[in-house]
Amino acid sequence: MPQVFHRSMNTISRVSIVGVVVLIGGFFYFAWAVNNSPYYTRAMLQPLQPVPFSHKHHTVDDGIDCRYCHTSVETSSFAGLPPTETCMTCHSQIWTNSVMLEPVRASYATGKSLEWTRVNALPDFVYFNHSIHVKQGIGCTTCHGELGDMPITWKQNTLYMRWCINCHKHPQDYVRPREDVFLPVYHPPKNQAELGRKLVAEYKIHTWTRCDTCHR
Amino acid sequence: MDPAENDKLTSTAVVETDEVLAPGHTYRSVSDRVSDMVLTWPVGYRWAAGLALALGLLFVLNVALGWVFTIGVGVWGINIPVGWGFAITNFVWWIGIGHAGTLISAFLLLMRQKWRTSINRFAEAMTIFAVACAGLFPLAHMGRPWLFYWMLPYPDTMGVWPQFRSPLVWDVFAVSTYLTVSLLFWYTGLLPDLATLRDRAKKRVTKMIYGIIALGWRGSAEHWSRYETCSLLLAGLSTPLVVSVHTVVSFDFTIAVIPGWHSTIFPPYFVAGAIYSGFAMVLTLAIPLRKYYHLEDFITMKHLDFMGKVMLATGLVVAYSYIMEAFMAFYSGNPYDRYMMMNRMTGPYAKVFWTLIFCNLIGPQVLWISKIRRNPWFLFAISLVVQTGMWLERFVIIVTSLHRDFLPSSWGMFYPTRWDWMTFLGTLGLFFTLFYLFIRFMPMIAIHELRDLVHKTEHEKAPAH
Repeated sequence: MPQVFHRSMNTISRVSIVGVVVLIGGFFYFAWAVNNSPYYTRAMLQPLQPVPFSHKHHTVDDGIDCRYCHTSVETSSFAGLPPTETCMTCHSQIWTNSVMLEPVRASYATGKSLEWTRVNALPDFVYFNHSIHVKQGIGCTTCHGELGDMPITWKQNTLYMRWCINCHKHPQDYVRPREDVFLPVYHPPKNQAELGRKLVAEYKIHTWTRCDTCHR
Repeated sequence: MDPAENDKLTSTAVVETDEVLAPGHTYRSVSDRVSDMVLTWPVGYRWAAGLALALGLLFVLNVALGWVFTIGVGVWGINIPVGWGFAITNFVWWIGIGHAGTLISAFLLLMRQKWRTSINRFAEAMTIFAVACAGLFPLAHMGRPWLFYWMLPYPDTMGVWPQFRSPLVWDVFAVSTYLTVSLLFWYTGLLPDLATLRDRAKKRVTKMIYGIIALGWRGSAEHWSRYETCSLLLAGLSTPLVVSVHTVVSFDFTIAVIPGWHSTIFPPYFVAGAIYSGFAMVLTLAIPLRKYYHLEDFITMKHLDFMGKVMLATGLVVAYSYIMEAFMAFYSGNPYDRYMMMNRMTGPYAKVFWTLIFCNLIGPQVLWISKIRRNPWFLFAISLVVQTGMWLERFVIIVTSLHRDFLPSSWGMFYPTRWDWMTFLGTLGLFFTLFYLFIRFMPMIAIHELRDLVHKTEHEKAPAH
């Protein structure tokens, strides 16, 4: 009886056994990698803005407090975007001929708001409140990244639920004294582990991970 | 039947036998007989007509599921309070049917029962196809089946695990384990037979196809030794599954607090019911198969008799459970349980309940009579009655328990829509399409095990050395 297959089939079949495992594993790794890459999460990307606003310049160089512009951060779920008038408190006096600031002046003249490209956006099915977070000692930079180092604003974190849950489970790793919440650049002290535990107790921080904490 | 087929088959008259294998068979004759059904028989018009009918029903399934996925599960008759309806009834029914295949192939192998040999291959195929049908229903019932993978524990972006305290998650593990182990067991058992088909095939293409799926089986002593170890291990893995899978399915009900569901008798009761309906399905398939393929030599009277007895025994366990369920409802003194039981017997679904009692409890008692167990057509009719009864049982458990719970303000009725019926009948189409293809392209009886049986029966007859 002649052989049905050529001798090379032995090698092909052995390779195919390993190959299938590698292919399937590779597929899942690829799916996982894409899902966590900036291509999908938009983290670390700098979207184009009508005016190349620098948080670094305004906070660290000029010493303006976060709340000068984001006025409702301590009282509302939404931190608030400044109206053009806020920009013009200074820019009616300085850099009045800057080409870069032309859209701001145009907005002021016409009354039509500047249309910024949203950098950090949560989906609508998530309830998020800025005021409670800043009140409990979670700093701006914990979520938004070191804004004092950002000449152009980017999204520092994925804003994946996994990322939210991580802090909700371990707030002691991220909490800071209330007076440091609005620092544009903040490095946790060496004794964060000890300080964190103390602050969690002092501020009565709950490790709330129930679904209806955020999905109301 | 085609004339050529007819000549071959009517040359020997049908002789019923009471052995596990008709006398006079040799290694060659059993191999010829089973492999010829795949390799040399022409396509019969009965087979083609059956496949066409099954494909028609499969098309109905495609339409029904297409509509369910487009519009949503609202096209079914389900609503609050009856949120489960046909989909879960069908799921439990199909999963239950699969259990007989596993029992035959694994449990009876470990028990060294010779009568499993000629029925295990197609019973295992039945298991796999039944699990495939069953699996469709929870997927379709999700409403958003494209998110099914949320049931699996994988490193997701939400940082949450599935709710491991929910029996619905246990279902995912139970059913997927069941499918995997059954598939492996079935395929491992097929390997030597696929090699037989490869060696006997005439056309080069046929040789290549069976050759590839035979995975290079050469029948060396080393191969056989590994094969025996492997199939024993898989049998050891499968045997607990006979009990565990339907136990987990019963937890879907018992973990809830609904009267009529919340009961500790459910796991053994469900397992017995599963084997009951499964053996009924094996008979439903075996009796026409032995007639149209003239397999009376292999699937003998002894097989039919034994399967009838297994049905009778499991049917009695089921009957005991029904009686205990009713008794406990009264004995517990719980007004909700009592009401549920009275409502089952006299409420709007009373006709369904009494039909189920007739189909599962009263009708099959004729199996006590040996003559009826040895009459294929009678047995075939009973197998259909039992399957109807077992389907109705799941319907009654689900619908009558849900439709009237603690608050009369939330009482309601369940009426199946045409989409309910189409999905159910459609899965019958899927099952029989797969089965028709299986009996055409795969050896429906384990050839190598038949050869082993020839050896053993000869050895028994030979005088002691």
